[in-house]
Amino acid sequence: MGIDDRPDLDVLVRSWRRWLERREALDAHDLDELESHLLDRVDELRAVGLHDDEAFLVAVKRLGAVDELSREYARVHSERLWTQLVLGDGDGSASGAASAPPGAARAPLPFARRAHGLAVALGLGVGAGLAVKVADLLTAEPTFFIRNAALLVLPFLVAWFAWKHRPPAGALAIVAGAFALAGVALNAYPFAAGAGTQLFASEPSMTELLAAVHAVVALWLVSGIAYAAGAWRSDAARMDFVRFSGEWAVYYLLIALGGGALSMLTVAVFGSIGVDVMTFVADWVLPCGAAGAVLVAAWLVEAKQRAIENIAPVLTKVFTPIFALMMLALIVAALLQWNLVDASRDLLIAFDLVLVVVLGLLVYAYSARDPLLPPGWFDRLQFVMLASALVVDLVVLVAMIARIGEFGPSANKAASLGLNLILLANLAWAAWLHLGFLRRRNAFDRLERWQTAYLPVYVGWSAIVVIVFPPLFGFA
Amino acid sequence: MRIGKDLVAAAATPVVLGILAEQESYGYAILQKVTELSGGELEWSDGMLYPLLHRLERAGHVESEWRTSASGRPRKHYRLSAQGAAMLAEQHRQWTVVGDVLDKLWSAPGPGPSGVAPAGA
Repeated sequence: MGIDDRPDLDVLVRSWRRWLERREALDAHDLDELESHLLDRVDELRAVGLHDDEAFLVAVKRLGAVDELSREYARVHSERLWTQLVLGDGDGSASGAASAPPGAARAPLPFARRAHGLAVALGLGVGAGLAVKVADLLTAEPTFFIRNAALLVLPFLVAWFAWKHRPPAGALAIVAGAFALAGVALNAYPFAAGAGTQLFASEPSMTELLAAVHAVVALWLVSGIAYAAGAWRSDAARMDFVRFSGEWAVYYLLIALGGGALSMLTVAVFGSIGVDVMTFVADWVLPCGAAGAVLVAAWLVEAKQRAIENIAPVLTKVFTPIFALMMLALIVAALLQWNLVDASRDLLIAFDLVLVVVLGLLVYAYSARDPLLPPGWFDRLQFVMLASALVVDLVVLVAMIARIGEFGPSANKAASLGLNLILLANLAWAAWLHLGFLRRRNAFDRLERWQTAYLPVYVGWSAIVVIVFPPLFGFA
Repeated sequence: MRIGKDLVAAAATPVVLGILAEQESYGYAILQKVTELSGGELEWSDGMLYPLLHRLERAGHVESEWRTSASGRPRKHYRLSAQGAAMLAEQHRQWTVVGDVLDKLWSAPGPGPSGVAPAGA
């Protein structure tokens, strides 16, 4: 046994350990324990004259069959097969072990940093809820809310990003400038009182509603500058923000569903003992909860980032085949009926939504795809979906342009048309790149970069709808 | 002679608890002790001891602590808890009953399994 035998053993032990690491039932502490055992056994065998590699082989064999062993661990620690989000600890990787091996002990985290900054997120969430409530108490104008929803809540999200990702001051200044600009445009413009059905006491005018919705989109994307810690030119950082947005949407929806169910239960339970809490729920719980949940969902996404599988790409995989089938069926139906030209006035908006869904399914599938994999059946399926969506949309677009030519433009039609063209341009080029990828002409990376490069277009278009549309269409 | 799998599994808990009752120990030393006590006849694959120890720890029968060995390796030491001591006493009673029954059966005259020496022979 020579001196240079020793590194060989280290290499063997490392590769053995890497191999066991793939077993989900065993955590790092278990591996420490088994490794320590293995080395004790190796020492014993070396003492009776075996070489390092021989001793290692015997010691590994003595540990028993790995399948059986990991099954036994799984029976004791069945919870490990379900990756958990650990709320009580600083990092999501902590296991449930009661005692940590020496050296693993860390200085306790400051309160704000514990549980991935839960306290900060909750504080900001309460802040967002209060902002909504204070605005509610100070203003009598109902459309104020619809107009300023993004301005009231999203600054708290930016604050969360700022705390979490520490963007440079310049990036924060850009974000603040965008918020200020949107605030001025939304509140200084003399929007006309809305026409149409008097469902509410006063209804927002069309340009006002369009501006409000587009302000949410634009400010959300601008908030991404803070999320990306100022590196908003980087494709990877943009893709991260896209991933964040998808996961956030899923979590927000889940929280909204849970919160809604809980609120209904509360109303029912209090109702049964003759206390009416409906007003309280509608006036306080709903607005504050809806605003606060924005922050809680944002916290959840980052807290579980490495603990739990992302859900948006999984949903994408499930719905891409179904959606592709739906588009193909729509093409067949349209060909048989040939009545798309008799379009109703909501048609273009509906097809905007179709394109948004197609784009979402595409981008979230991209976001989770291993860029090095060769094209497979799912990529072909995506191309079918893209191509059929483009065909359908072109037909609709021709019909709608004819209609606009006939009845003249309105803010609504122009906004739908603009969005449609923007999405169409994105998807057309995406389909072209996708085809090139399927034919192995270009790398997958190009497909991803096209999507991230396109993000500023959405910001630009939304800004136009917020700032230029109202005066252009006479604030109607 | 190899002891059957089921019997090994059944005996594992009282054996491990019994060893820990004497003094706290770690996995490798426990296995060595088992080999020493049984003359090498009571054996299971090394790795299987650890899930058993973890199950006992989870049930509160043993407590654990990480220490560093003389050779600088991290080692998880296990020691019997009060609850584990009670469990061991209970297992002791049960095994004594089983042992007594078998003793009586095999020391009694009459048809018995051939080749089994009466206890104490």
